[in-house]
Amino acid sequence: MTSKKRQDMTIGEALRANGVSRRGFLKFCAATASLMALPPGAATAIAAALEKAKRPSVIWLSFQECTGCTESLTRSHSPSIEGLIFDAISLDYHHTLQAAAGHGAEAAREEAMKEHHGKYILVVDGSIPMKDDGVYSTIAGMTNLAMLKEAAAGAAAIVAVGTCAAYGGLPAADPNPTGAVAVSEIIKDKPIINVSGCPPIPVVITGVLAQFLTFGLPELDDLGRPKAFYGQNIHDRCYRRPFYERGQFAETFDDEGAKKGWCLYKLGCKGPITYNACATTKWNEGTSFPIQSGHGCIGCSEPDFWDMGGFYKALSQGKLGSAEGLAAAAGIGAAIGIGSALLGSSGQKAAKAEIKAKLDKDMEATK
Amino acid sequence: MSTDARLIDIPVISEPAMTLPSMNVEPILHEVRHALRRLLETGETSMIDLRAMPLAPGEEEKIRTRLGTGEVVIQLDAMGPSTLTETAYSGVWWVEHRNPNDVVTGLYIEVAKVPSIVEPDRQDLIDAVARLNDDLENNDDE
Repeated sequence: MTSKKRQDMTIGEALRANGVSRRGFLKFCAATASLMALPPGAATAIAAALEKAKRPSVIWLSFQECTGCTESLTRSHSPSIEGLIFDAISLDYHHTLQAAAGHGAEAAREEAMKEHHGKYILVVDGSIPMKDDGVYSTIAGMTNLAMLKEAAAGAAAIVAVGTCAAYGGLPAADPNPTGAVAVSEIIKDKPIINVSGCPPIPVVITGVLAQFLTFGLPELDDLGRPKAFYGQNIHDRCYRRPFYERGQFAETFDDEGAKKGWCLYKLGCKGPITYNACATTKWNEGTSFPIQSGHGCIGCSEPDFWDMGGFYKALSQGKLGSAEGLAAAAGIGAAIGIGSALLGSSGQKAAKAEIKAKLDKDMEATK
Repeated sequence: MSTDARLIDIPVISEPAMTLPSMNVEPILHEVRHALRRLLETGETSMIDLRAMPLAPGEEEKIRTRLGTGEVVIQLDAMGPSTLTETAYSGVWWVEHRNPNDVVTGLYIEVAKVPSIVEPDRQDLIDAVARLNDDLENNDDE
């Protein structure tokens, strides 16, 4: 994968060496354009840019995590073109996927860092424990904290894959025994792209890398996520939204409303405060997503999703009822027709109070 | 179950049969009509990405049925099969791309005389001339 010849190839050349035709490449670019919410015609522009892009070195560090993000990636549409794109990237270190172990594995990381200093993409999954000098998670005798700082120093950009790397995730859930934090709380001098989700959608992981190679650093939302993939509010894009508008809600998981596919808001659906591509891209090769399978969204791509007051508590009854909860939930506006201009304005207490009041009124009207 | 079983082979229906309000069928058909007029009047082609829309279960089939089937079906074999079917409305194509695992990766309605992916790229034509030249110069069969 890292032979000199392959290193010098552009992505287009590497794919053609793998037997991918131009039309096959265009099909991938069309799917990528769709993911980025770009018009289908943009596929040609993506193809032209990716064709010429150089294959970057990628170092993937796994810290305090469950390997779900890597599982998600590898269970993608393999061996599809997304897989080939990943092959077209020079993945120089990934301790779960690489064949080398022990000193050999660490030597590969050190060599890649030295050879591509200033140019490699650092991918991180998992949070970083800070308590007691970071002793709660170590690799080859090095704390995650030390390894992150060392690898970040020579990186062109960092991609924080999964909610743990992006926002602390489960390890940081109350009472956070290891003092787990997100990458962005440690590294302040490098561009960081958060690809949140527990895990993120497989094609979103590869799509963000493709977007980075095509257009450079993407435009990010106020939580550091690429807007192209996380610009969609689950509630706004939910096919059950018409039931919300009509005030038709499932009250339990086995009542008439649930059987008829009504809105799951009252059963704790976090769709209104969650930004992700699940409602359109879906999971398991486009088969379904939680709401389509009859369960509310748990908001796994948002910070502190584990501590949001309970998966089965309606948003209007959970922690959102408190000022603290509202501060955690920037972006509820889209749920009730407040424009996206309010999104990201976490400091605007008045605006949030207005959102909360409207949400309560909305729910009151349905009782 | 054999080890190469695919998800699609598992007989599970993820959504019970139910009557959902159909929000997308009529607007999409109107969009197709506008696109057809543009094609006729200015030659401008259009593409509607059905996967970028929150279609309710059953809506995709409804749109497909309403558009019907025309005379032409084009099959591509490029990183998985693709089927480009002319609908009952000339110039309106139902475009379905699949990956090598036969999973749908793209679903579009394309409004054009011929779907854009069918036409060869200029670079492919240049390569084709070079390869054919090479073949004629080096093949002594005739």
